[in-house]
Amino acid sequence: MLQIPLWKRIVILGLVALGLLLAMPNAFYGRVETHNDALARIEKTGTTTPQDTADIAGWPSFLPSALVNLGLDLRGGAHLLGQVHLEDVYKARMTGLWPELRNDLAAQRDTVGAVRRVAGPDDQLIIEIGNADQMAQAITIARKYVTPVATLAGAGQSDLVIAGSGNRMTISISDAEKSAVADRTVQQTLEIVRRRVDEVGTREPTIVRQGADRVLIEVPGIGSAEELKALIGTTAKLTFNPVVGRVTDPNTRAQPGQMVVPSIDEKGIFYVLEETPVVTGEDLVDARPSFDQNGAAAVDFRFGPNGAKRFGAYTSSNIGQPFAIVLDNQVISAPVIRQAITTGSGQISGAMNVEQSTQLAVLLRAGALPAKMTFLEERTIGPELGQDSIDAGRISSIIATVGVVAYMIASYGLFGTFASIAVLINVGMILGIMSVMGATLTMPGIAGIVLTVGTAVDANVIIYERIREELRRTTNVVKAVEQGFKEAMSAIIDANLTSFISALVMFFLGSGPVKGFAVTFTIGLVTSVFTAIFLTRLMIVFWIEWRKPKQLIL
Amino acid sequence: MAFRLKLVPEETHINWFSVQWLTFGISAVLMVASLVVTLVMGLNFGIDFRGGTTIRAESTQTVDIAQYRKTLDGLQIGDVSITEIFDNAFTQNKNITQIRLAAGEGDAAVTPEELDRVHTALLTIDPTVKFVSVESVGPKVSGELVKTAFYAVTAATIGIMIYIWFRFEWQFAVGAVVSMVHDALLTVGIFALFQIRFDLTTIAALLTVVSYSVNDTVVVFDRLRENLMKYKTTPLIDLMNLTVNETLSRTVMTGMTTAIALTAMLIYGGDVIRSFVFAMLWGVFVGTYSTLYMAKNIVLWLGVKRDWSKDAKKDPTPAEFRDIG
Repeated sequence: MLQIPLWKRIVILGLVALGLLLAMPNAFYGRVETHNDALARIEKTGTTTPQDTADIAGWPSFLPSALVNLGLDLRGGAHLLGQVHLEDVYKARMTGLWPELRNDLAAQRDTVGAVRRVAGPDDQLIIEIGNADQMAQAITIARKYVTPVATLAGAGQSDLVIAGSGNRMTISISDAEKSAVADRTVQQTLEIVRRRVDEVGTREPTIVRQGADRVLIEVPGIGSAEELKALIGTTAKLTFNPVVGRVTDPNTRAQPGQMVVPSIDEKGIFYVLEETPVVTGEDLVDARPSFDQNGAAAVDFRFGPNGAKRFGAYTSSNIGQPFAIVLDNQVISAPVIRQAITTGSGQISGAMNVEQSTQLAVLLRAGALPAKMTFLEERTIGPELGQDSIDAGRISSIIATVGVVAYMIASYGLFGTFASIAVLINVGMILGIMSVMGATLTMPGIAGIVLTVGTAVDANVIIYERIREELRRTTNVVKAVEQGFKEAMSAIIDANLTSFISALVMFFLGSGPVKGFAVTFTIGLVTSVFTAIFLTRLMIVFWIEWRKPKQLIL
Repeated sequence: MAFRLKLVPEETHINWFSVQWLTFGISAVLMVASLVVTLVMGLNFGIDFRGGTTIRAESTQTVDIAQYRKTLDGLQIGDVSITEIFDNAFTQNKNITQIRLAAGEGDAAVTPEELDRVHTALLTIDPTVKFVSVESVGPKVSGELVKTAFYAVTAATIGIMIYIWFRFEWQFAVGAVVSMVHDALLTVGIFALFQIRFDLTTIAALLTVVSYSVNDTVVVFDRLRENLMKYKTTPLIDLMNLTVNETLSRTVMTGMTTAIALTAMLIYGGDVIRSFVFAMLWGVFVGTYSTLYMAKNIVLWLGVKRDWSKDAKKDPTPAEFRDIG
């Protein structure tokens, strides 16, 4: 038991060294963070400023640079739990299906009779036909719109389920299609939220899907949940529409195919627009804030090939005409087309300040959220509170460690020192592993580390108490130590495995603080068993080999 | 002779069962009392479980709670509760108040207008007031959080029970789980009694208490099993006393180190996680107590298989009971 082969010693010491090396960047948090931020900036912009070079030089690149992520409660920031309204998407799907289906059915009016849509749930289309005995025929017509679901899980299933009874035909979205739609919608929402959050240049935002229709957004460093909501919550729908006229009466009747839309800046002005847009926000590939030739704030934009073609065709045949930019059913601006824009690149200028042009560029670039989102949970933690928590966590960790170390040394002398060294290394290794995993350290997480400091010595205590017992029986130090380690093993394994079970439960079922605590607690369990069983033993073995003690007082 | 701090003498010969009816009675009474207190007084659920909004307001002026309350009552935003928080870590001109608003209608968390009104109203009486944190949970989510918290505690209990059952005997599993429930119940009882805020973080603390308690119990069980194999004919009760005396030093040692660490956290960790740390510290005491006085009593009453050798099945020895009166 005390014969540890050389390779094992090297592995143990190597793991310790690795753990501490990985933890080291956290001791220089500010410097490493500046270094990492500079690298990220260069990657994003593709250019290097002298400032970036200086920032990068602040931390040697051959050293590890992964840091423990500080949670919102430590750094300050905003947390949002949003619910994506999938029923809106289902509803839009059904509403979109109706006009086409109505035309098809109306073409067969002679057989199926009059066709009428009846009110029903959002995800269903309920149609009544005049001749109930021709239901089979109506269903055949509707079946044209059924397509197979194109996902792996939904293979072999159709997107629509059609049922007929009496004179009533019910078309509903199949479960397979619903889950496919949910996946698509939530993915798209995540993507758009991510792009919008990235715009503010914050570091380490967490944007993840939770459950079927939820999105969890955590952004450190942002002022408040309100700000974050304002940034992502805008369901912007952008279109470019031909202008028919300009009116001051909001009750102006629009011709079929036209609509009346208010102007965003000019009070009391309404635009009559063609309903069908020439190009939409989806055709945009880029938009950025800039300045026009008069030095006023403007937005430069660029269309993809299809958009450019349509935009070019429209602008060349409508020079001198106003062209409205419509955002969420409001005209942002209706600039006059000065020339044909055939390259696909153009500029929007008008009554904007720099902030507005930046905001508009963000909205143009990010596109619209595919469905409405409501926020079920909002948390804002101010940076001051975060700093207070870090300070409190640091002070209490140091005091806790000093207390435990003093107590261990007072109780076990030299062996207590070994255990204390193991505990300190243990904390280092926890931080190292968390850095590499990119795990987030929260305030309950700090409590988890402190608790680990308290319980990490438990395995050593179990071992030492066993050695004490053996020492009452024998004076042979080596034999007592050997026996102590051997006998203690089963208790250590049982004790830690039960803790491990509850830590795992906390990790998988918990959210927020529970999860943060479970992360450090779980990692702490693993490292404390490692340091207690292997590292302490190695230290004792070194000591025995060096001093060849004839007696041991424990 | 080197100095060694020893809270427990090298060898103890305490008869842990001499007062077993008294201690068990006290435990039973405390468990019932916890249950009654929890049911009667109810838990002071945080917004995690009840929905609503918690605002942590900081001011450099002395806070007049009554004036705050009057101002906010005037807004007619429903149930408002205001508490002032004191902490030794606060500097002199740092005054923290916690304002809690009841959950509104619908699933969503908080309306920005409402929050704005609260802030504006407070600014009129205290221009230095700042909201350092605002947390808001909608009723839909809070209901789900209650459910998951319940599942988490149940799943942990079952998982631990199955593990002990496989590693030991079912009697041990029952003993461990009863003492686990005892500890959890007493912890919840304390929360109800002092009306300490009970939220998601508290659930983490509760699960930790449970795992600490089991951890402690399992180490004793492990030694008991060892002794059961070593001394095949010694009466169970004597073996248990021997086991607890052998492991007593470890039980106290670990309890002490954990308590030292948690006490440091309790005093210097700030008010944000105080209730969390308090629950754990309390759990360490209760857990140690239940290890010494609860878990093994149950195993004693249930009896255990005494012969762990391979041919035990051929010749089972019945568990031995002794008059303990």
